Amino acid sequence: MEKYYTFRIKRYLPEENPSERWDEFRIKLNSMERVLDGLVKIKETKDGTLTFRKSCAHGVCGSCAMKINGKNKLACQSLVKDLPELIVIEPLPSLPVIKDLVVDMTMFFEKNDKVLPYLINEEPPPERERIQSPQDQHKILESITCIMCGSCTTSCPVFWANKNYLGPSALLKAFRFIFDTRDRATDERLARITGENGIWRCHSIFNCVEVCPKEIDVTKHILKLKRLAVKKGFTGGEK
Amino acid sequence: MEISKHYFDTVIIGSGLAGCRAAIECIGNGSVAVLSKLYPTRSHSTAAQGGIGAALGNEEEDSPEWHTYDTVKGSDFLGDQDAIEIMCYDAIPTIIELEHMGVPFSRTPEGKIAQRRFGGHTREFGKAPVRRACYSADRTGHAVLFALYEQCQLKGVKFFQEFQVLDIVVENEAVQGIIAINIKDGSIHVFEAKAVIVASGGYGKIFKVTSNAYASTGECLSMLFRQGLPLEDMEFFQFHPTGLYGLGILITEGARGEGGILINSKGERFMERYAPTIKDLAPRDMVSRAILTEIREGRGIDGKDYVYLDLRHVDKKILEERLPEITTFCKIYMGIDPSEAPIPIVPTAHYAMGGIPTDIDGRVLKDVDGSTVYGLYAAGECACVSVHGANRLGCNSLLDTVVFGRRAGKSASSNLRTATKGRVTKERIQIIVDCINMIKNSNGRESVGSVRKDLQTAMMDKCSVFRIEEELKTLLEEIKQLKERYKEISIKDKSNRFNTELLDALELGHMLTLAEAITASALQRTESRGAHYREDYPERDDENWLKHTFAFLTDKGINFKFKPVKITRFKPEERKY
Repeated sequence: MEKYYTFRIKRYLPEENPSERWDEFRIKLNSMERVLDGLVKIKETKDGTLTFRKSCAHGVCGSCAMKINGKNKLACQSLVKDLPELIVIEPLPSLPVIKDLVVDMTMFFEKNDKVLPYLINEEPPPERERIQSPQDQHKILESITCIMCGSCTTSCPVFWANKNYLGPSALLKAFRFIFDTRDRATDERLARITGENGIWRCHSIFNCVEVCPKEIDVTKHILKLKRLAVKKGFTGGEK
Repeated sequence: MEISKHYFDTVIIGSGLAGCRAAIECIGNGSVAVLSKLYPTRSHSTAAQGGIGAALGNEEEDSPEWHTYDTVKGSDFLGDQDAIEIMCYDAIPTIIELEHMGVPFSRTPEGKIAQRRFGGHTREFGKAPVRRACYSADRTGHAVLFALYEQCQLKGVKFFQEFQVLDIVVENEAVQGIIAINIKDGSIHVFEAKAVIVASGGYGKIFKVTSNAYASTGECLSMLFRQGLPLEDMEFFQFHPTGLYGLGILITEGARGEGGILINSKGERFMERYAPTIKDLAPRDMVSRAILTEIREGRGIDGKDYVYLDLRHVDKKILEERLPEITTFCKIYMGIDPSEAPIPIVPTAHYAMGGIPTDIDGRVLKDVDGSTVYGLYAAGECACVSVHGANRLGCNSLLDTVVFGRRAGKSASSNLRTATKGRVTKERIQIIVDCINMIKNSNGRESVGSVRKDLQTAMMDKCSVFRIEEELKTLLEEIKQLKERYKEISIKDKSNRFNTELLDALELGHMLTLAEAITASALQRTESRGAHYREDYPERDDENWLKHTFAFLTDKGINFKFKPVKITRFKPEERKY
């Protein structure tokens, strides 16, 4: 079943004057189509200058996170039939905009780099795989599904107020390695995430949980990090 | 236009599994740059779901010899057996190494890497399905890609994110470097190098219904082809049996590995008729043909053009733990819970067996005699070693990327000491700049969207699972017309910053070139083998066609040469499952 939708899109075209405006496009979409299909259709048939990121188109690559009717979402995972006839689209909040719906994610990725985002284990590896029980693997199960789309961190009021805050995504990455039984760098990572811009800044506002397209309970993970930090004496403030 | 110059000993195009694995091999041996048109972890490797194959024997007895046999038979005997043997024996240390790098594999109760059944993987040379696919739920590609990217970060590999390659410069029989655009500001960057490794992935976007990402457009293959280098076995394109109906989104073969079955409108488990021994776990070419045959003969669901993948009888706990991602896809995109309702599916364009011909160390071949292009390497889906022959087995693609990504990186590195630095000429750069300006200044009446859509539809209609001479000939004509229309393309976005319309236009030109190579290759192969099924030549013809196709672009159109298949242990036999 096809239906008309109005896409109201916040535009930013720095090489035009004025560079900022709102545009409306009326397009017909069927009940299986997603916001991303709508954007592609607009670009193909109405305005080739409309710019957005996209790749996998089914919620695994994390390219197309944007603000849709006030909430951070993946455009490829938002079916138009579940939205009102007026669909308001803006770039992810609180990051510099490059063009239209494309934001500069450098700051976001740099936060990730700060938590030593790789498995560290300098013990000589065994001949076969390192043994890890299914129960232990389950501890990191949720955290490994993160696709780094940026929805969580850019929805976090603490990040809005303080761009130095590591934010939910980077903290989740720290969790992924700290709670991996094969990793040996817990203390180094705890030192990095317990400073003044680390875990203690999280006020359990749960915006990150609400927007995560992979339904990761990010706040729960941060709370577990806090508990471990206290237990291990990383009470913060020193860095 | 602003032009920046860079020098790296090795330049790698693509940051998927093959590119990242190659980078890890190269980083200790000189400077390395990896270019990606996306952010690295957005590469399409991340969408691989079901598993990565290795005869670890963690769940039941298995052997690399059986894996080799299955891969040879799966390839419909077109795979080169020396390369297949390397891959299947290397598989075991490769997976162990990935685990040590941090891949969060699912685990057996004893804490070993968990393994499950996959299409065409059997024990004792075809007796019964075997658990060979190592997996991380149904997010295996994501798990492996993140671990490899993380290792690259740890080792200090330099990534150029959102840099799209515009030309791979091969002159005087050697690679000189590449020309790329920084998508963010439209500036042109020249990377001169001693070695270039192409790991740019697949090109499923040539077809209308595909599991592939928007980024899978194949321009790097076309860039080499247009310079007179060959493309191998382009007629072999895999259609995955289970794409979500109407969307093409992949539902992993692991769903059938965990007990899912295919049913038609009569509720019949129809694969019993097509592959009596391993049934729903037959190789993908056979299952895709079976599904479309059921539909053609009127046994699609409600007489329509799809069948069901039924998981209702599979333990809910297995769905939750081992297939959570596809369960979510079904809920989000189809509004159904696979534990309660069957999933409407239809084959979807999935994987290119053909590509840039290489030897077993990733060196790009310039002819059927085995001669190579100095300094140029390829690995992963864009390459054709060939380990997949006429049909790839599930969970062998991730394995291919990692095994041959490493080998390409290793051979590129070992040649650095004697290699000379490449040089990209001003003239060559000017051609690219002119091309960009031409598209930007064009007043033509055609749009990227309309030409692209017509190409994708034509390829889907006439060059997918079933092919026939008359239609392939018509298709070649249509592609010619589309090429004419392409000359009339204009774009509205004239800006420098993040001009995706310009990039779409450039990609489309290359897609047209590749579509022609695929279609012409399909037309000339007058037999049926693996994924290439000719209704007018329904039998495999070993006497005339047990050989690889090498397509060359010449002034007079596409020419063909042939390379014999490397057969070592397993003589061609009738392919029954």
